[in-house]
Amino acid sequence: MAAGAAATFTGPAGAPVRATLSADAWQRFRKSRLAMAGLVVVGLLVIAAAGAPWLAPADPAKQSLIEKRARPGGKFLLGADEFGRDILSRLIYGSRVALLVGGLSVAIALAVALTLGSVAGFVGGWVDALIMRAVEILLAFPYLLLAIAVVSALGPGVLNTTIAVGIWGAPTATRLVRSAVLTARDSEYARAARALGATGARVLVRHVLRNVLPSVIVYSTLFMANAILVEAALSFLGLGAQPPTPSWGLMVSSGRDFLLVAPHITTVPGLAIMLAVLGFNLLGDGLRDALDPRLRGQL
Amino acid sequence: MLTFVARRLLLAVPVLLGVVFVVMLTVDLIPGDAVALMLGEHATPEAVARLRDYLGLDKPLLVRYAAYVGHVAHGDLGRSIQQNRPVVDELGDAWPATLELTVAALCLAALVGVAAGVVSAVWPNSVFDAVARVGSLFGLSMPVFWTGLVLIVCFALWLPWLPVGGAGSLGHLVLPAITLALPSVAMVARMTRSSVLEVLREDYVRTARAKGVAERLVVSKHALRNAAIPILTLLGLQAGQLMGGAVLTETVFAWPGLGRLMVKAIFARDYVLLQGAVLVFALAFVLINLVVDLAYGALDPRVARQG
Repeated sequence: MAAGAAATFTGPAGAPVRATLSADAWQRFRKSRLAMAGLVVVGLLVIAAAGAPWLAPADPAKQSLIEKRARPGGKFLLGADEFGRDILSRLIYGSRVALLVGGLSVAIALAVALTLGSVAGFVGGWVDALIMRAVEILLAFPYLLLAIAVVSALGPGVLNTTIAVGIWGAPTATRLVRSAVLTARDSEYARAARALGATGARVLVRHVLRNVLPSVIVYSTLFMANAILVEAALSFLGLGAQPPTPSWGLMVSSGRDFLLVAPHITTVPGLAIMLAVLGFNLLGDGLRDALDPRLRGQL
Repeated sequence: MLTFVARRLLLAVPVLLGVVFVVMLTVDLIPGDAVALMLGEHATPEAVARLRDYLGLDKPLLVRYAAYVGHVAHGDLGRSIQQNRPVVDELGDAWPATLELTVAALCLAALVGVAAGVVSAVWPNSVFDAVARVGSLFGLSMPVFWTGLVLIVCFALWLPWLPVGGAGSLGHLVLPAITLALPSVAMVARMTRSSVLEVLREDYVRTARAKGVAERLVVSKHALRNAAIPILTLLGLQAGQLMGGAVLTETVFAWPGLGRLMVKAIFARDYVLLQGAVLVFALAFVLINLVVDLAYGALDPRVARQG
């Protein structure tokens, strides 16, 4: 709570207070073992994605038909898929797809949310009403269905999947930014800045949005987990990434015909999805508790 | 209470109209000539003309929208391109299976989730609590389609206890329902734990304990009842999660419901059928949330009084 209160005071003492806030948050973050586990998983994921060409033991596209569906162990640490491709290497390269689609769709959702959400919250009136009705309408589509509708109209592919996942995430994010902006707008420090002669835009950017940041960081992390799940689901259905892209969802789907003879083709990539999602969920929960415990229950 | 109900009903109308608008717009996202894409190269001129007329892509947006709302209001969702049957009939054949699956999953989520959450909250930091919390973290992180396939491998192939897919008997329902319910069980358990824990710290719970009310009654009468609103909200939202998950679960288990019909429609480029299916899902979700909203009014008189 102390950190939350500290965060609302800016001004001359702004810089040192901010430093204490993040140091304080890190102290709390470090104490949570689950949060640290999440950080480690996400860190490993980033390393895998960045260093894929050096870390992967084999070429992810190289087929070997005599070794197709090879069991885990030996030459293929996690086995080979239905074309004899090394599953471990494809998983490592697949982390690029997951992080890319996740990261870009977060960027799309945030770009929409920060624009519309701050306009709605800051301007208010009929503009606010209009934007929020639109958000409500998009939220009326059950989970995944909006993304499915968008991607099936646009056509399959990694880029279209990213757009679909971004659109899917935008309404929730807009609502979050708006409510945070509303709280910050009516706060004492925003009114003080106004009284000192700051323009509306300056108050919004320098004072309001800065205080919206913790919620946005937490939301983005938790959204990454969902984005990875949705990308995997779309690719599993055949609507997302197309072969031979090493997408985890697609890999799960490709083993469906061999469940009895070679279940590892399906089960192993699913573990990767689960681990990545778990990592981002833990990291997001940890960040939430560290940055602003008041957000518990909201996010 | 009556004005509360009337207000909520009125508020749902613009949302419903907006949903219909968005569903209509999805066809506009299709790159190129949507009609040609949908019907393929061997279409008869009459079929092309009929679909063009139904979609009305050459007319102004508002005219098109008015026509579309008119169609929908009359229960006309167009004709399925692949089957050449009214979409309403196609959806009518499929929805009972989806309803069966989602209701089964929702019951599982409510029963198992609430029970686990309450036990966790009553004995926080116990072994059960730790297992339940870690379990729900995994439950939230497992992709539904993968859980389904793993369950098939374990309980239909290795241990041939249950059927691999299809529908018909109660046995067919077990694996799909568990698959679909798992993430929701996890969510509900988490939410129940935290809201019951919060209520258990309230003054009136301390009062109840102080005057000697049995702990069982404190939990069931005082705590659970007051923790019900957030749990109910979550269950309403989970209905949406379940409908989306149903698309995946039905695909995995060849369950003959709306979700599988939808996926088939996408691959057949049958956008008219797809529109109908999305519309039905969205309308169902809006109605469920309306019911949840009304249920608050019944559970918490303060909500109804505020309108």
